[in-house]
Formats: sequence, C-alpha cells, structure tokens
Amino acid sequence: MISLTVNGAKHEVDVEENMPLLWVLRDVLNLTGTKYGCGVAVCGACTVLIEGAAVRSCSLPAGLVSGKSITTIEGLSAGGALHKVQQAWIDAQAPQCGYCQSGQIMAAVALLSDKPKPTDDEIDSVMTNICRCGSYAQVRAAIHAAAGT
Amino acid sequence: MVTRRMFIVSGIVASGGLAIGYALMPYTTLGRARKIAGKPDASMLTTWVRIGTDNSVTVIVPHSEMGQGVHTSLPMMLAEELDADWSLVRMEQAPADMAFANVGLARGFLRGDKSIPGVLSGPADFTFRKIAELMNLQLTGGSTSVRFTGVDGMRRTGAAARAMLIKAAAQKWSVPELEIVARQSKLTHASGKSATYGEMATAAAELDVPSNVQLKRKSDYTIVGRPIKRFDIPSKVDGSARFGVDLRLPNMSFAVVAASPVFGGKLKSVDEAPAKSMRGVRQIVKLPDAVAVVADNTWRANQALMALRPEWDEGPNAATSSASIFAAMDAALDAGKFKSDFSIGNVDAALKDARKVIGHAYRVPYLAHATMETMNCTAHFDNGKLTIWGGFQDGLGARAKAAKFAGIPIDDVTLNHTAMGGGFGRRGSTLNYLQHAIGVARQVQGPVQLVFTREEDMTQDYYRHGSVSRMNAALDDKGKVTAWLHQFTEKFDPPEATMVNYDFANQASRYVKGLNPIPWGPWRSVDHTQMGFFIESFVDELAHEARQDPFEFRRAHLSAAPRHKAVLELAASMAGWDKRPAAGQARGIALREAFGTIVAQVAEVALTKDGRVRVLNIWSAVDPGEVVNPATFTAQIQGGAVYGLTAALYGEITIAKGRVMQRNFTEYDMVRMGDVPRHEVRFIESGAPTGGAGEPGTAPIAAAVGNAIFALTGQRIRELPFKNFDLKTGTRIAAL
Ligand code: FES
Ligand code: FES
Repeated sequence: MISLTVNGAKHEVDVEENMPLLWVLRDVLNLTGTKYGCGVAVCGACTVLIEGAAVRSCSLPAGLVSGKSITTIEGLSAGGALHKVQQAWIDAQAPQCGYCQSGQIMAAVALLSDKPKPTDDEIDSVMTNICRCGSYAQVRAAIHAAAGT
Repeated sequence: MVTRRMFIVSGIVASGGLAIGYALMPYTTLGRARKIAGKPDASMLTTWVRIGTDNSVTVIVPHSEMGQGVHTSLPMMLAEELDADWSLVRMEQAPADMAFANVGLARGFLRGDKSIPGVLSGPADFTFRKIAELMNLQLTGGSTSVRFTGVDGMRRTGAAARAMLIKAAAQKWSVPELEIVARQSKLTHASGKSATYGEMATAAAELDVPSNVQLKRKSDYTIVGRPIKRFDIPSKVDGSARFGVDLRLPNMSFAVVAASPVFGGKLKSVDEAPAKSMRGVRQIVKLPDAVAVVADNTWRANQALMALRPEWDEGPNAATSSASIFAAMDAALDAGKFKSDFSIGNVDAALKDARKVIGHAYRVPYLAHATMETMNCTAHFDNGKLTIWGGFQDGLGARAKAAKFAGIPIDDVTLNHTAMGGGFGRRGSTLNYLQHAIGVARQVQGPVQLVFTREEDMTQDYYRHGSVSRMNAALDDKGKVTAWLHQFTEKFDPPEATMVNYDFANQASRYVKGLNPIPWGPWRSVDHTQMGFFIESFVDELAHEARQDPFEFRRAHLSAAPRHKAVLELAASMAGWDKRPAAGQARGIALREAFGTIVAQVAEVALTKDGRVRVLNIWSAVDPGEVVNPATFTAQIQGGAVYGLTAALYGEITIAKGRVMQRNFTEYDMVRMGDVPRHEVRFIESGAPTGGAGEPGTAPIAAAVGNAIFALTGQRIRELPFKNFDLKTGTRIAAL
C-alpha cells in the first residue's frame, strides 16, 4: 500500500513501489488529464507538480512520493476557478490537438512560481516539452500573458 | 419530406456521378441522419444543423478535430449563412454513419479536383477508389474539411435553413418573405411581429428545402473571418478532454502489443511463462504478426510484455536496410525505366540544345508521424457485435475496416469518436492499431484498450517514404529556364505535388515506382514534404547559376501565376528582403502551392557555435482564397512549419535488418520551444477556391532553410536532415 496525496485528496493504492506515478494516476486513480508521451522523461506530457516543482511522472516511482503533495492538471483549478495560466492558455488559444497541453501548463505553472517574470531565454530553457502540433508560439505568448511580461 | 433534395439544391447532384452515389445509398440520407442526431425537442432542418425549440443551434460536423479547429470553423461557416447568434451555436461530431458521408469531398473528386488528399491513398488500395467507396468518406485530411464540407455543405445548409425559417414565419404571419429580417437567431417584421429561430423551427421543418439558395457576400460577414474562440479549447486546459487513451469503461482491460519488428514478419512462437505469473496479467494474446499482453493496467501489461521473448519469422524484409533501399533507388534511376508524370514541350531536345545545363541529385529519408498521443484503440465484442472507441481521421472508413478485420457486417460495428492527440495522416487509412485492438478484443472478455508504447508507435508506423530526386535544367543567356527535367523515385499523393508554378518552357517529370518495401502512409502535406525541398532548393540553385537574386529569379518566372507572384512579393516585403540581413545571418526563400493554398516562406538563419543551423525568423505569406478563422489558420501555418522544420533539422528514420532503428524521441528528436523561430503569418484573400490550412505551411520550410544555409555558408545541402552535415563545409558527418 502506498499513500498518495493527489490534489489534496488522500488515496491508499495497492501498487508496486516502482510503478511510475503516471500510471497510478491514469490507470488506478482514473486521473487521465496527465498524459503518456514517451515514458522516458524526454517529452514532458506527463508533467505534474510535486510539492510545487515540475516533475515528469512517467519516470517517477510512486513509492518515492508517498506523503508528498501531488498536483495534477485536474487539481489546478481550485474550487472551479481557472488558474491564471489556464486562463492565459484559453486567451492565447494555445492548444491545438491539446494532448501535450496538460504537461505544458504544469511546466509553465512551475516556471512562473520560480520566475514570475521569465525572459524568452528562461522560457526556452525550462519549457522543453514536445508539442507535435507546433503550438509553441501560442504557448510562449500565453506564458508572457500570465506573467504580465 | 426532405430527403435528397438538399443535395440537389446545393448543386451537388449536378454531375451524374453523385446521382450514382445516391443510388448506392440504401436509405435516404436525411431520414437516417435525423434518427441518429435528432433529439426529441429539436427539428432537424438539414443534415448538418439542428435548431432546438430553445433556440440552440447545433451544428453536426462530419470531421474529426485534431487541433486544426475544424469543429469551430465549420460551424462558423454555417452560422454565418444562417445569421445565427454565435453564442447559441454548439457543435456535435457526427457519428460514423453513411448519412454524414463527406459528400462535398466526393463531389470535388467527381468534378476532377486535383487535390484529393493523401489519406485517400491508403497503402493497399491507393489511387482511385470506386465511387461507392468514395461515398463512404468521412475523412479529415488533405485539408478537406473547410474546403469541401464547409464550402459545399455548411454554407448552403445554413442558407437553406435560414430561408426555411423565413418562409415559415412568412406563412404564419401572412407577410411576404422579403419583408422578414433574419438576424442573430431572430426573425422580425416591421409590423412588430417577431420570433426566435427556435420558435419557428418546427414549422420550418415541415417545408421543403428551397431549390436555390443565395449565399452572403463576404462584405456582409459577421462571423467568418473573425478569430472566434475554439469550442474544444476549455476542455484542453483542465484535463477534461477525453482522448482515445483516456477512455475508462467498467471491467476494462489494458493491452500492450509488440508486432514483428521486421516489416511483414510473423509470430513464430512465444513462451508465455515469464509473463503469465506477473502481477495483474490477465491474458497473453497471440496474433498472426504480434503478441499482446492484457492486464489490469497499462504499465503492468507492458512490464509483462517486456518479459516475453517472442520469436519471429522475419520474412522477406529481414535484410532490408536504408542503404539497400537507397541503392535500389539509385539503380532504378540509372536504369531509367520511367513512368511519365507530366510533360510540357520537348524537354529532351531543349536540354540537348542548351548552352548551360545544371544537374543535381537530392534525397530525403523516411519519417515517422510521432503524434503525441500514441496509437491506441478500445474495442469490445459483445454478442457478436463490436464497439470501437478511438481517434480516427476517417470514421466511416475506420468503421468499414473494423467490420472487415472482425469479419462481421458493418451494421454490427459501432464506432465512437474520441478527441485525437494529433493525426497528421497517421489516423486515416493506416489502421494497424485498430486491427490489433480487434484481434485482441475478440479473445478477451469485456472491453480492452490497446495502447502502443512510444517505441511501438515509432517502429510500427506507416512512414513518409525516403526518396531520391535527380534534377536537370537548362538556362539561356538571360537567365531564363528553358528546360526542367525532374526524375525521382516513388509518387504517392497528391498528383500535382510534382508540378512547378514557374513558366519554364519545356518541362518533364518522370518517376520510377515500386522501390519502397516499408509501410507507407500520408504524412502532413504528403508528397509536398519532399517535393517542396527538391524543387525549391533546385530552383534556388538555378538562380545562383543565373547570377540572380533568388527572389527576383522566381518572380521573373511567374508571368503566368499572378497569385503566386503576389504571395512571393508579400513574403519578401514582410522579411525586408531588399535590406541586408545582420552580420552572421542570411535568408532563404521558397514558394509552394499545396492543397489549394499558396505559401511563400522566408527563413532567416544563423549558425550556432557548434556549427548547427539556428532558424531565427520565418515570414509566411499565404493565399488560401479565403480565411474562415484567422487565429486557427495562423496557428496551422505556424504548426505546419514546425512540423516541417523538425523534419528538416532532425527527422530521420533509418532501417537496418528490416527494422526501424529509432524507438523514442531520444533518437528521433523534435523541434522544441528553444528551436522555434519567430514566425509572422499574413494572408492574401484572393477569393480563389478555398484552400487547405493544415498542410501548406509544412511544404516550403525545408527549402527555405536550406536556401538560407546556402546564402550564409555557400554550401548547398542536398539531403535532409541538416543535422547530418557540417554546414560550414557541406560534408556529411553522420554515417550513411
Ligand atoms: S511521458 Fe513522461 S516525459 Fe514523456
Ligand atoms: S497541441 Fe498537439 S501535441 Fe501539443
């Protein structure tokens, strides 16, 4: 049994210690907003926040985050109000197919909590998520809008 | 009752071809559509729109949303002609049923429109399908949605619905139709009488569709041409959008599959023991060409699959490699047994007589689609009936294939569309994931979701083909091209991708076929991806040989193509072509027409310290005839350029021992934020027939970047991807 705190709710899950958090979220807790893209920490589709820091959950054994605070895309809009990053994403019409966007948004939330006014270079170095649809220009614009830069 | 008349009205039946299409339909289109999409309190006015008594307008869209915004732009076109209040407009995706076939596309085909998309050209049944099959189309690809469904279907449907509402009001109020104003989902008359569309909808449904409808003038548009916000976006920022892989059903199992790593191979044997006892494993399923593990979650299924050591009968491709494929292509070009693609004038004579002949060979590798959501499909057999869930660019086609794979009548197959995490041609007619899901599901109790790992997705794709191109051209003393001879390997789709829009006096295009042993599939912009690179790089070489500026050289050869010329000129002026680039930077230009849309791109590049190309700016001038939604169209051009830039910089699938060598993004790298140039897009709305949005931005980018590299370093790189070359010296640094 592993005890996980996801979006403020506590869950006891009967899974292997080495089962990646991504699959616990998706297949055990049915929180499917967090996506699988590569499984080897290179695409960012599975990004979640662990204690506020962006982490690629496909390569993170669930056993390691027992007791830590985990936030997924579903938990971002607390009490129904959209997070300012989500709102900026809508205003910029950033998603195309949308598949990469949960990960992009979680990475951007972490970036902005770290660096509230990021430069383009800082965005480039932190936002390494892959978007196959090529929504990068809109994602960049949304980050700047959310930051007021 | 309204049956086929809608199509007659909209002129779709003008040619005999579609009359046949109707004869082939076993039921009346509207009746069927009404049954499927009709709601008890709503009147189905036409196939594609439903107006509720609550005044809601629901537009039923026969295409799939892949992020190109079609679920919004098609309703925009309909709502415009309907004069609907946009805030009342909703969208529903049509089920995969004949009643929602892409009649517009079939019509485009029958009247000889050349830009029939690549998704039509499946690997097995490529070229011209029978009309009966065409009538089954519900596909999204080849940039067809707005071009065919929108123009032929949505607009006329909206206008017809509006006319019927007006007529109903006129009858009820006993006033002439001409005196009624329809605006913002409301009908009004000077007498003070008024009604919402919803209040008049039931009465209108009793009327026949008018035999002729008047479409609005562009100057009267209030919806089309505006950057309307997409319907699907809110669900894509909070995790609530359900992609195929997000489907969760009671009693569902999860399956992961490994197909023969060698194309065409078969499963010889597999010892199930190592996987059988692993936690969560429910079943091991053998298929003719694959083995799958079914478990209680995806990860456990994959852990167990990795424990298996299947033995394969590798078949005839066991020794195939990129080197052997390219050698065969070169040999075939040497042998010179060409099929004629097109010919204008007498190119052989012109080349023989020419004072100056230039010739070079180009080449591009195989490419994978690598959609972000890997291929997946959920299937459930229950009492001989099959239900499918997944992302499909051609729902009807997929349903028909599912029936074939399952060996049951099509009426026993239900197909449910989900959101798609990227298509780019991969989710059209190339359906190994559907086939495997059905193969597994028929051996499993309850629904099963089959998911490709990224490794499976990358090694079991249907690839953009590698090919070799040899080009020869002659120049006269004034720098005019007097002969253009293009000889290349493999030709798929669309047929006109090999054409040049320049007024070269003598032209011929020839190819050899049958050299591709690897599964083929349409890849964003299909043959334009390579033709854009071959043709527009070589045109640049000719400009250089003629000692002319590459922009002026192109411009001088566009005497018969005013739209192309205008687009080229706009791109040059956006880029400030007449001003010198900053030190250490250079620009390249390229021009392409793809799927009815003309795009000119200027790329501005620099070299990084380690000698790699860095694209700093792109300027795109685009003439798609008209722009329905400028925000989504811009995003499509930008996204298309990123897709093409990934191929130009990094994209390369190689084959060794019949297998794909690249298994994940670690080996098949992608353009990311840090690689993405600033990209300005501007439109020319020439009023020409509407062109596509999703693919044209991909076609010219590799050439624009290659031409800029030449301008910067003097090195002409005639092969993609650029990462394989030292750009300062032009030498290949990666092994072949
Ligand atoms: S799925 Fe985790 S980084 Fe790609
Ligand atoms: S929006 Fe499709 S992959 Fe990013």
